[in-house]
Amino acid sequence: MVPARAGVVPPVLSARGWGWRHGTRRAWAVRGLDLDVAAGERVLLLGPSGAGKSTLLQGLAGLLDPDNGDEEGRLHLDGVEVRAARAAGGRAGAARTGLLLQDPLSQTVLARCGDDVAFGLENHGVPREQIWARVDEAMAAVGFPYGRAHPTARLSGGERQRLALAGVLALRPGLLLLDEPTAMLDPVGADGLRVTVADLLGATGAGCVLVEHRVGPWLPLVDRVVVLEPGGGVRADGSPADVLGRHGAELAAGGVWVPDHPPRTPPPRAGGRGPRLLEAQDLSVRRPGALAPAVAGVDLRVDAGTCTAVLGPNGAGKSTLALALSGLAAPDAGRLVAHEALADGAGPSPHRWRARELAARIGTVFQEPAHQFVAATVADELAVGPRLQGTDPTRTAVLVDELLQRLRLDGLAAANPFTLSGGEQRRLSVATVLATRPRLLVLDEPTFGQDSRTWAELVALLAEVRDEGVAVCAVTHDADLVAALADDVLHLTTPDPTTRDRSTPDLTAVDRADTGSGGAA
Amino acid sequence: MSLPTDVLSGAVGVDTSAPLARANPSAKLAVAAVLALALVLTTDVVTAAVALALVVACLPFTGLGARALWRRGWVLVVAAVPSGVFTALLGVDSGDVLLGAGWFTVTEGSAVSAVAIVLRILAIGLPGVVLLSTTDPTDLADSLAQDLRLSHRFVLSALAAMRLVGVLAEEWTALGQARRARGLGDDGVLGRLRGFGGRLFALLVLAVRRATVLATAMEARGFGLVRERTWARPSHFGLWDATVVLGGVALAGVATAAGVAAGTWQLVLSG
Repeated sequence: MVPARAGVVPPVLSARGWGWRHGTRRAWAVRGLDLDVAAGERVLLLGPSGAGKSTLLQGLAGLLDPDNGDEEGRLHLDGVEVRAARAAGGRAGAARTGLLLQDPLSQTVLARCGDDVAFGLENHGVPREQIWARVDEAMAAVGFPYGRAHPTARLSGGERQRLALAGVLALRPGLLLLDEPTAMLDPVGADGLRVTVADLLGATGAGCVLVEHRVGPWLPLVDRVVVLEPGGGVRADGSPADVLGRHGAELAAGGVWVPDHPPRTPPPRAGGRGPRLLEAQDLSVRRPGALAPAVAGVDLRVDAGTCTAVLGPNGAGKSTLALALSGLAAPDAGRLVAHEALADGAGPSPHRWRARELAARIGTVFQEPAHQFVAATVADELAVGPRLQGTDPTRTAVLVDELLQRLRLDGLAAANPFTLSGGEQRRLSVATVLATRPRLLVLDEPTFGQDSRTWAELVALLAEVRDEGVAVCAVTHDADLVAALADDVLHLTTPDPTTRDRSTPDLTAVDRADTGSGGAA
Repeated sequence: MSLPTDVLSGAVGVDTSAPLARANPSAKLAVAAVLALALVLTTDVVTAAVALALVVACLPFTGLGARALWRRGWVLVVAAVPSGVFTALLGVDSGDVLLGAGWFTVTEGSAVSAVAIVLRILAIGLPGVVLLSTTDPTDLADSLAQDLRLSHRFVLSALAAMRLVGVLAEEWTALGQARRARGLGDDGVLGRLRGFGGRLFALLVLAVRRATVLATAMEARGFGLVRERTWARPSHFGLWDATVVLGGVALAGVATAAGVAAGTWQLVLSG
């Protein structure tokens, strides 16, 4: 897959007492860091959230602007200060480092794939005669399945990450900086990208510094693990076997997915099946504005006190089906019936219910938690649902306090929901839904991109509400979640690709088709 | 939902080899600007009619078929017709009364003004529709930066930001669905209006978040690194492009001359 090509010159990295504080913050993101990385070494960087891993990567890329923060100590590549190293790249037509970020949708710059890869070369002043040859070389090196003219709007999340990697590689960096590059990809896209990165590092001799929570699949690739201490400095440093052997339990407790320390899973279902709540017969659903249904011919029964998992490849319409089950999208064909145990007098069609009736019966957790936030503080956010149901203020306050504690958010009651970390936002989005005591929970990729600690908390919570008689229905790629919770599993298959509508860019990174991507799969 | 794809793929369904379609984007922009200027200076019916007639005569060379033109240009008609009706009913009256009903009267004077405003909207708008439908935004940005020497930082940032518009359109839909899921939006128009603000704020937060990542990704690939960046796609401003600009100037000149000759041309500001 990777054509033979000239290697690059990997730089030597050295940090001495290095620290960085973002301009608006009081605490240092990184402090007192002493670290030496040899040329071509492959380092996995671990540490709890807030330990400054992403800040270090941006620092190494030469992107931290002294006008926007305070710096102490020094951070060098081959003995040259990092910002000077970046500037030197502009004269050499090549970059010392190449940074790949987490969110695929936010890293595409231009509308055509080839132009997007050429963007960095233009910025580095590479002469036009050389640009397109280097673009083609980089696109081939990452196994990109489309030509230069292919519109970037039609790419899946995995394909976008591959394209962003090509844009980085075209600059022939000696050190790849990978900031959770697969966290927002489905398993197939993530595996594909990982194989490509491994091939590239082998072929070019470049080094890498990788930040990643799910360390297992990356372990064969790295020769060293460095654990950052949240307060500053390095907690542990050594070979993967050594560091994970000695600090595995502690890292797992901090949220890292360590292979020998899997997160705790809840005991199996205690109660029996409750009454039938929701039933789909030959159901088809379309995305708004699309011509062909995203999902068709679905038969599904959801019972109280059970957990149903909806699985399937990207593009199979899982998220669209979730919208229909949540009463947020109307069925296109077939039937979707809410039985009386769920409907409680509101009628058999959830999409016809008033919003207030819906929220009292079906709780929906979106893939992006921020979509659900409507209040200025965490406590208010939890009170919105009960208040709409006419719950009296004293009881609402008790309920809110209960949920804050249950989801480990009690220190954050006055914080703005948008300022929470990813894991906190996820917990809050589930808590807001539980506040209205719905009989059915529909969740779209609830564990997506979460660290192992949040994962374990979420799974435990879902098991708890299931045992209280709530039906849980989750759309997911997460095999661990299915193994821990699912009573019923529905496998969706990808509809005929010729009739499937791919014209609209998808909001969700996971629910995109990887079909036709050849090398991506 | 069709907005983002249309915005991003300007030239789809158009014969891009047509003489006017393949002109340099800056040349097309210049023509549209010159025509707009000529028609902003005066409000008379003769200048507008001649300008529109000449613009319509040029349409066969734009590579836009009737259907493609209507699909992209119907908004113009939607804007022009009500403007005409209002002007006819409420415009300054003069001459014979053609129709009368209380306060609303259509006189010879207001009828002529109405026709003029419809013609002006169409004559100013059509070149814009042609520009947008025959020009790829990337090519326009290339041309603005290379031919017109606008700041490449500004032009490329705007281009990259436009790509996020499609993503935001999807976010907007999801935000609406999430509000319903939370039990909001039952209180009719007022409740929906109140919700609109919250939805807008959430969209803003999400947009800033994405834009921050995009800016980091662009800088990591050297955006703003060297003063004289190179351009992978050369933009040529050739003889034909100069001809197109001159043609636009001539078109505006002929229309203005016709208005002056007919005695209807009058500078707007001199009222």
